[in-house]
Amino acid sequence: MATEATTETSALAAAKRKEFTRSMIELAGMLPVLVVICILFAILTPNFLTQNNLVNVVRQASINIVLAAGMTFVILTGGIDLAVGSVLGFTAVIAVVVSLIPALSWAAVPAALFAGLVVGVLTGATVAYIGLPPFIVTLGTYTAIRGAAYLAAGGTTVINSKIGFAWIGNGYVGPVPWLVIIALLTIAVSAFILHRTVLGVHIYAVGGNAQAARLTGIPVPFVLIFAYGASGLLSGLGGVMSASRLYSAQGQLGIGYELDAIAAVILGGTSFVGGIGTVFGTLIGALIIAVLNNGLTLMNVSFYWQLVIKGAVIILAVMLDKLRTRGQAG
Amino acid sequence: MSTSTKAGQSSARPILEVRQICKSFPGVRVLKSVNLGIWPGEVHAFMGENGAGKSTLMKILAGAYHQDSGEIILDGKPVEFRTPHEARKAGIGIIYQELTVAPNLTVSGNVFLGSELKRFGFMKDTAQMDRKTQEVLNRLGARFKATQRAAHLAVAEQQQVEIARALFYKSRVLVMDEPTAALSDRETDRLFEVVRQLRSEGMAIIYISHRMAEVYELADRLSVLRDGEYVGELKRPEFSADKVIEMMVGRRLEDFYEHAKHSAGRVVLEVKNMSDGNRVKDANFQLRQGEVLGLAGLVGAGRTELARLIFGADKRKSGEVYLDGKKLRINKPQDAIRAGIGYVPEDRKLQGVFLQMSSGENITMNILGRCATGGVLNFKKLTDRANAEVKAMRVRTASLKQRAGGLSGGNQQKLLLARWLEINPRVLILDEPTRGVDVGAKAEIYALIQQLLEKGMAVLFISSELPEIVGVCDRVFVMREGEITGEVGGETGIEITQQSIMKFATDVTRRASTNGN
Repeated sequence: MATEATTETSALAAAKRKEFTRSMIELAGMLPVLVVICILFAILTPNFLTQNNLVNVVRQASINIVLAAGMTFVILTGGIDLAVGSVLGFTAVIAVVVSLIPALSWAAVPAALFAGLVVGVLTGATVAYIGLPPFIVTLGTYTAIRGAAYLAAGGTTVINSKIGFAWIGNGYVGPVPWLVIIALLTIAVSAFILHRTVLGVHIYAVGGNAQAARLTGIPVPFVLIFAYGASGLLSGLGGVMSASRLYSAQGQLGIGYELDAIAAVILGGTSFVGGIGTVFGTLIGALIIAVLNNGLTLMNVSFYWQLVIKGAVIILAVMLDKLRTRGQAG
Repeated sequence: MSTSTKAGQSSARPILEVRQICKSFPGVRVLKSVNLGIWPGEVHAFMGENGAGKSTLMKILAGAYHQDSGEIILDGKPVEFRTPHEARKAGIGIIYQELTVAPNLTVSGNVFLGSELKRFGFMKDTAQMDRKTQEVLNRLGARFKATQRAAHLAVAEQQQVEIARALFYKSRVLVMDEPTAALSDRETDRLFEVVRQLRSEGMAIIYISHRMAEVYELADRLSVLRDGEYVGELKRPEFSADKVIEMMVGRRLEDFYEHAKHSAGRVVLEVKNMSDGNRVKDANFQLRQGEVLGLAGLVGAGRTELARLIFGADKRKSGEVYLDGKKLRINKPQDAIRAGIGYVPEDRKLQGVFLQMSSGENITMNILGRCATGGVLNFKKLTDRANAEVKAMRVRTASLKQRAGGLSGGNQQKLLLARWLEINPRVLILDEPTRGVDVGAKAEIYALIQQLLEKGMAVLFISSELPEIVGVCDRVFVMREGEITGEVGGETGIEITQQSIMKFATDVTRRASTNGN
């Protein structure tokens, strides 16, 4: 009996240690990869490690960070949102078009955000109540909303050189661009929702085991609608950021952005089947992509090679993550 | 049925004998001098808790493992199987739990896989293989053709293909490992027919199962293994739940169930005319305060389906649920929970536990709202609640942060029970709460049920293990093919025994006893 008790205590202690290492690894996530890439670029190009350039990197990452934060909610529920790029284009056009109407120019930003939110909520409702696979539903909205973006822009580029919310894309607080502040605020708010609220726990529960979630009385449809709604709203925010930065928008704005957003989420260690991941990881993932873009450009690597290298790094990083976390499954 | 099959027993010696078999794996002794005698024309049930060593012994018989010591005697001669193929050639056929039918081949292609009949020494003789397979299929009463592709067969039919394969190897001993685990009730009936027929043809069948009801229905003899030790053997006339449990668990039944029969209080839950138009037909019953009401029946009788209808997990066609005399509107589980009904589902991993989340989160999942202000969680409160439950339920977890997926089955089940206890429901439905749970945790769960009753809760207890139903319940409703066919215990005056339950579970008696009032 006594030996049994000791083996049990030591087993518990071992499990505790394992638990600790696991949570440390989870917390650090891909941060080491980001650091290594930064060190490499710092050695290879003298211009990388300047304050200007670093601010530049984060600013370039900012729109992807915002999209990827929304994508994190969706992927955590076990879904996917292919439409974020289309919604970004559509809402950017709406923002510029509304800003050009003198009486309504104040409503440009709310209109764009609202449009994004509506698309997201409808998507979520379709997934939740009709039970269609998210991939199919958002493949549909991906195409349809892209069409809507061209239509809203009348097939051309809409321009407003005196856009009322230009500060968003071009203003600074001290040395820090507003774009960066908005992106980091988005991460902070998302993290708060995911880790400090009832809704956050419900999101992880639905993604981890939808059946159990339903039988535990978690309002699964509401959780799904929230996740897609958040993704839509943040895509709208991305649209506002784009329009403001460019003083213009056009139908093809944001093509392919969904892939960068998904890549950031996956690089950040979020499980594609749902239920596991953090928005902090997503931030790191988005920064890895941005640093690669920036560093390779500074080194005068051709755009084509940049794509090849980026793709390879994504696969390698996720492989590394898999190797690292293997054996901790228990 | 069973008496007619004793004919085969006239043979003087068992066809297969296992003598003093021992087997160890690094650090564990899995089998300690196990003996077994298998007679032709008999179904020999093989029982034991999870991890008792059943699978290991089976793998030794199949030639997949080799014993450390002891011998296997076939037809009076000692044999050594070095590979599964040798065992099969010697006449021992095994139907594994996971079937190995190749979906893209025809049925006959599967049956003859690896030993195809040839014409001129090299051409596949498909016609002859089809013909021979068809003969066997007819004999088994199969409703599919030898020329059919295996991909479209139901699980039970795939099992028949494997049985056919075993027959072609002239197997005289057929080992079946939990063959009904994936079968519906109708398929189970079919399988039983096949098993009975093989028995009447003189085949010796080793039937491994957890399910008492099946063993009662089929077996002529049963052996029990506990912690790798051979406990003993019972012949059919000696079968009794008490004995089997005692053999499996090592203590007497009365000691195992903490049993205080409860005097029923007033009606808490009343279910009227519940139907789903398919698996549940017009179910009526009342559940009283402070009682454990059992819902018994064979696998697939509709017990889980009924529970899910009450809980709002599935769509009902008709039926009403009253709690404390008030009619409830239940369209989804949330409604039932709000009204005060809890449900611990049958499939813990699939429907209950959040494996990737922490133990603490699993416990507090139902009280998040209560431990939050404006949707923002109060972690101190949550941690306190979770800690209290871990202590009270004696959950063996390294910390509240440990993921539920890393815990044993019994501890996962405790997390689930704790989750429901936190909201203190009026009625708790427990669906197979001790399935896949080790004996110690089982006893703890039984003790916990007693505590719940003392708090005035009412428990609806679903189990496929009759001894458990008999031991735990104050009153039992028996279901068969979607209907409540009878009631035992309580005011009916019928004693709760395995026999009285099985009568309603298998008999054609319909509505022999009406509901309590």
